[in-house]
Amino acid sequence: MNSAQSRLSLLLLFTPFVLWLALLIIIPHIFMLLVSISVKTGVREYVTGLGNYMVFFTEPLYWNTFTRTAFMSISATLLTLLIGFPVAYYIAKLTRGRTKTTLFLMCLIPFWVSELVRTFGWMILLRETGVFSSALQYFGIVSEPIEFLYNDAAIMIGLVYTSMLFMVVPLVTTLDSLDDSLIEAGYDLGGNGITVLREIIIPHAMPGIVSGCIVVFMLSLGNYLTPILLGGKDSLWFTGLIYDQFITRFNWELGSAFGFLLLILSSTIVWAGLKLSGQSLTNTVGR
Amino acid sequence: MIRTLPQSNTFKWTYRAYVTLFFVYLALPLTVVCLMAFNDSVFPSLPWEGFTWDWFFGDEAPYIGVFNDRSILRSIGTSMFVAFWVSLLSIAVGTTNAFLFVRHDFKFKEFFYILMLLPLIIPGIILGISILVFSNAVANNLENATGMWFDGLRPGLPLVILGQFSFIATFATLVISARLEKFDRSLEEAALNLGATRMGAIRQITLPFLFPAIAGAAVVAILMSFENFNTTLMLVGSDAPLTINMFDRLKLGSTPVLNAVSLLLIVVSALLGLASLLFQGREKSN
Repeated sequence: MNSAQSRLSLLLLFTPFVLWLALLIIIPHIFMLLVSISVKTGVREYVTGLGNYMVFFTEPLYWNTFTRTAFMSISATLLTLLIGFPVAYYIAKLTRGRTKTTLFLMCLIPFWVSELVRTFGWMILLRETGVFSSALQYFGIVSEPIEFLYNDAAIMIGLVYTSMLFMVVPLVTTLDSLDDSLIEAGYDLGGNGITVLREIIIPHAMPGIVSGCIVVFMLSLGNYLTPILLGGKDSLWFTGLIYDQFITRFNWELGSAFGFLLLILSSTIVWAGLKLSGQSLTNTVGR
Repeated sequence: MIRTLPQSNTFKWTYRAYVTLFFVYLALPLTVVCLMAFNDSVFPSLPWEGFTWDWFFGDEAPYIGVFNDRSILRSIGTSMFVAFWVSLLSIAVGTTNAFLFVRHDFKFKEFFYILMLLPLIIPGIILGISILVFSNAVANNLENATGMWFDGLRPGLPLVILGQFSFIATFATLVISARLEKFDRSLEEAALNLGATRMGAIRQITLPFLFPAIAGAAVVAILMSFENFNTTLMLVGSDAPLTINMFDRLKLGSTPVLNAVSLLLIVVSALLGLASLLFQGREKSN
């Protein structure tokens, strides 16, 4: 291939890439930033300023919802890791052949289904006339129907359930690549289960843990369906506030500011996660 | 804690019980959704009132089944239309991106690669509002300048397609790049030596090699598009895709017709998912 031809093909391949990224990602975000720093002073009159961000910091409801969303997303991430890790380890190290494929597939299938259907399932299980409440009454443990929906625990169950796949799959992949003989060596050298886990298994699984945590955290933070449907009207989830500002109140300036704050929070945590674990975006998310 | 090392029985059985419990937890919500699709009651909840097919085939209110529910059928059509275009755009850009990043070296390649990954770490709802804000600004300016209407830039299906495509393209790029990296370039050179043109060699040799990855990416794109909610929610106009339609009904409270739709969705997405795995399996055996 001569160099003129090569330059031409580079140009041809670069065009769709740039169009896609510039028109759908970069420029829209610049516009969102510009809208978020324009403050409405009258009908169709705007001045540039940080007024929208000031509203966020001075109104406790917004500020509390923001920290609450962040805190619950972090908790959901850790919970998903704690629940998912033993399962991923079991699939990767204690099964083989057909069993392994079957178990792995069983983990995947629920997640090909829309999140809406999964959340709907939890609503049927948890609501007052639902499966759990009826079962408890049937067995005589309680005498009245119990409402399990519309509280933080319900949101948590939904978030953990809905993100599980994104934790288990990277964990299985990294644990699969850990050579059994390393674990054996750990035991031969006098380690017990806990030291082997701490010194060999977890360090090896770190890329999987980081990429799982990043994706789960992001998905929880940006989730709208699960908190709204399982948490009800008072779920106080930040994406709910963004939706209200955009669609219900038509206050795009404040909504854009909220959007930017959410973006900053999510990017900061992703960045911090990568830095703390010494990983890069390319080898965690981009695989 | 590996197969070759002996473990105490208590530990082994506790571990197995935990894993079993985990799979029960995974299966439970989907199972109840499917079971309630056959409950002869107007609410998708207990008590069990007997078995019925009405939520699939019923045509008398309130027992309107999926196949007679116009608004559900229309929204399925809308979702398919959106999924088709999203998938087509994503594999087109995914393929050119794969060639760009695997075959070419250019300045700031690392930087551009990270930019390419960005859509994965931007929450879907923010992708939605940023595209909404931008397209609205463009539409306002164009309308002020020309005096014509630009409905395609207002919330509606074209924006939904663009919004979903904005991040699904990254997935397609990753899947197709992984396959292209494994391609043996000497095959292409052989074709060139035998007198093929560059485009001819790519069409005859490289693209058939990439086919399993492209098909797999297309299936994944269709699945992701069908089930996308966050980005779609911010960009949707009057034609609601299936997930939006179901969400609206779910908020108001609906008959088990939603369970019937969900059951169909579960079956179809499981089949599509298995199909995409099959494509990937072919890819490995090649």
